[in-house]
Amino acid sequence: MSKALQITNLSKTYGNGFTALKGVSLSVEKGDFFALLGANGAGKSTMIGIISSLVNKTSGEVNIHGFDLDTQRSEAKAMIGLVPQEFNFNVFEPVEEILLNQAGYYGVGRSEAKVRAKQLLEQLELWDKRKNMASELSGGMKRRLMIARALIHRPQLLILDEPTAGVDIEIRRSMWDFLKKLNEAGITIILTTHYLEEAENLCRNIAIINKGDIVENTSMKALLSHLQTETFILDLKEPLDALPETDEFILRQIDASTLEVELNKDHSINRIFEVLNTHGIRVSSLRNKTNRLEELFIELVQQSNHDTTQEVSA
Amino acid sequence: MTLTDQMTALKTILIKEVLRFSRIWVQTILPPAITMALYFVIFGKLIGSAIDTSATDGYSYIDYIVPGLIMMSVITNSYSNVVSSFYSAKYQGHIQELLVSPTPNTIILIGFIGGGVIRGLMVGAIVTLVSLFFTDMDVQHPFLTVITLFLTSVLFATAGLINAVYAKSFDDISIVPVFVLTPLTYLGGVFYSIKLLSPFWQTMSLVNPVLYMVNGFRYGILGVSDISIYISLAIILIFIVILFSIAYFLLDKGVGIRS
Ligand SMILES: Nc1ncnc2c1ncn2[C@@H]1O[C@H](COP(=O)(O)OP(=O)(O)OP(=O)(O)O)[C@@H](O)[C@H]1O
Ligand SMILES: [Mg+2]
Repeated sequence: MSKALQITNLSKTYGNGFTALKGVSLSVEKGDFFALLGANGAGKSTMIGIISSLVNKTSGEVNIHGFDLDTQRSEAKAMIGLVPQEFNFNVFEPVEEILLNQAGYYGVGRSEAKVRAKQLLEQLELWDKRKNMASELSGGMKRRLMIARALIHRPQLLILDEPTAGVDIEIRRSMWDFLKKLNEAGITIILTTHYLEEAENLCRNIAIINKGDIVENTSMKALLSHLQTETFILDLKEPLDALPETDEFILRQIDASTLEVELNKDHSINRIFEVLNTHGIRVSSLRNKTNRLEELFIELVQQSNHDTTQEVSA
Repeated sequence: MTLTDQMTALKTILIKEVLRFSRIWVQTILPPAITMALYFVIFGKLIGSAIDTSATDGYSYIDYIVPGLIMMSVITNSYSNVVSSFYSAKYQGHIQELLVSPTPNTIILIGFIGGGVIRGLMVGAIVTLVSLFFTDMDVQHPFLTVITLFLTSVLFATAGLINAVYAKSFDDISIVPVFVLTPLTYLGGVFYSIKLLSPFWQTMSLVNPVLYMVNGFRYGILGVSDISIYISLAIILIFIVILFSIAYFLLDKGVGIRS
């Protein structure tokens, strides 16, 4: 069976000579919820641009639902819904008009488009704004309008480039629910995000791209199980004079009443409390130092940067 | 994309284009009507009445310049509609709405050009109505008149699109109209018959494509022309084919719109 997306040896060198993608390969199964992560400038939008025909590739192949982008571009395009990173509306066009136009470009007639537009605008809480010009929407509303626009032709593969940038927490949660429902209904979703909590919460599979190379491509579960240690912050009831001695985990004192504990995955968190108890140290609260995925992400990117430096110096 | 789908897409682009210039009619429809009314009053009535009809094939000056002025409004409006619409689509990024869709490039081209033609012909019709306040028009060859006007409109709409593809700033979309289009129309026999010129400048004028359009149109309305109507139509058609091919090539390569 064909994949939702199959990328082979994809490269992109921009007109100014900058190589943003260095022969990456990637495949996404139908029905997947896939995260594409990477630092600023890693090449995520470039890759998405090529998939959605907004950027010309330098070499390589892209196949969408079995349609080759070079030889069956029209069919391939019909499969994709794109939510780009940057707003790209005609800001003088009314919200509903934007959706009707986009539907028309996919061959969906106006009367059918009106029905779909109403449904999507209601789901994304934009129905009240349907007569407003796009320029009159807030940033978060514009993001939601881009999602509605990407769905109006009922694509099989939805690609979202940082859909929740600048969206408040409440709307972000409701967007997550919305995306989860779409995915449950069978739509493959690929998203990029800088909120790793978002990727952890939504996505089953993940690829990490760094400086135009894919440095990790695995399931979220497998990736998180790579984590060897986890770091906790403990707030203490009373100021501490001296650190208790232990070799089961690493203890660091941040200030008088804050401790940092680095715990190996093989150990139980209970041991922390047992040790602290014997020293009469009482804990008032405990939290993760960072999102676990975040630590891993930084680790992987640093590792890959280190590798390339070594290659260069070798 | 099936043919029916393509027609839906084309209809969508046309509706969008018409809505665009209608929303801003004060900038798009009203100015040419006012400018042309002024031309009719000043050149037609005031100055024109003092001009010897031997310079204008025996027609009163206003009758002679009306076809040229209608043609001039059609040219300017077809051109500027496409150049500003396509450039702002590029500038604001919403050209991407079309680029991600399966709408073929031919349909995108025809859609934008069609929008320019609709605006050009609409303004042409308004200017014609205005001209009827100053002169009677007795159209000699209605079919030729309409076909010349239509083809000219297509030609300049296409040229406007090519300009927009290359434009990198709002300045770039006014350079061509100011430095190329206006001189060509003014020197294209809108206000005079080239028979008034010395033989050298008569020959030079023949290089100017606008001359053929103005004269073809004038032939349609008045029945007189400096140029054969068939040559006029042939030249316009050749230009359309060349410019459309260039525009298609640019869009296909994604010049100025895809990195
Ligand atoms: N049109 C362009 N011309 C030249 N270089 C470009 C162009 N677009 C992007 N780049 C470069 O390509 C690299 C990758 O950019 P890209 O937009 O794909 O990154 P990204 O992973 O999406 O980053 P972000 O998280 O900031 O959105 C960057 O170094 C960028 O400067
Ligand atoms: Mg990006």
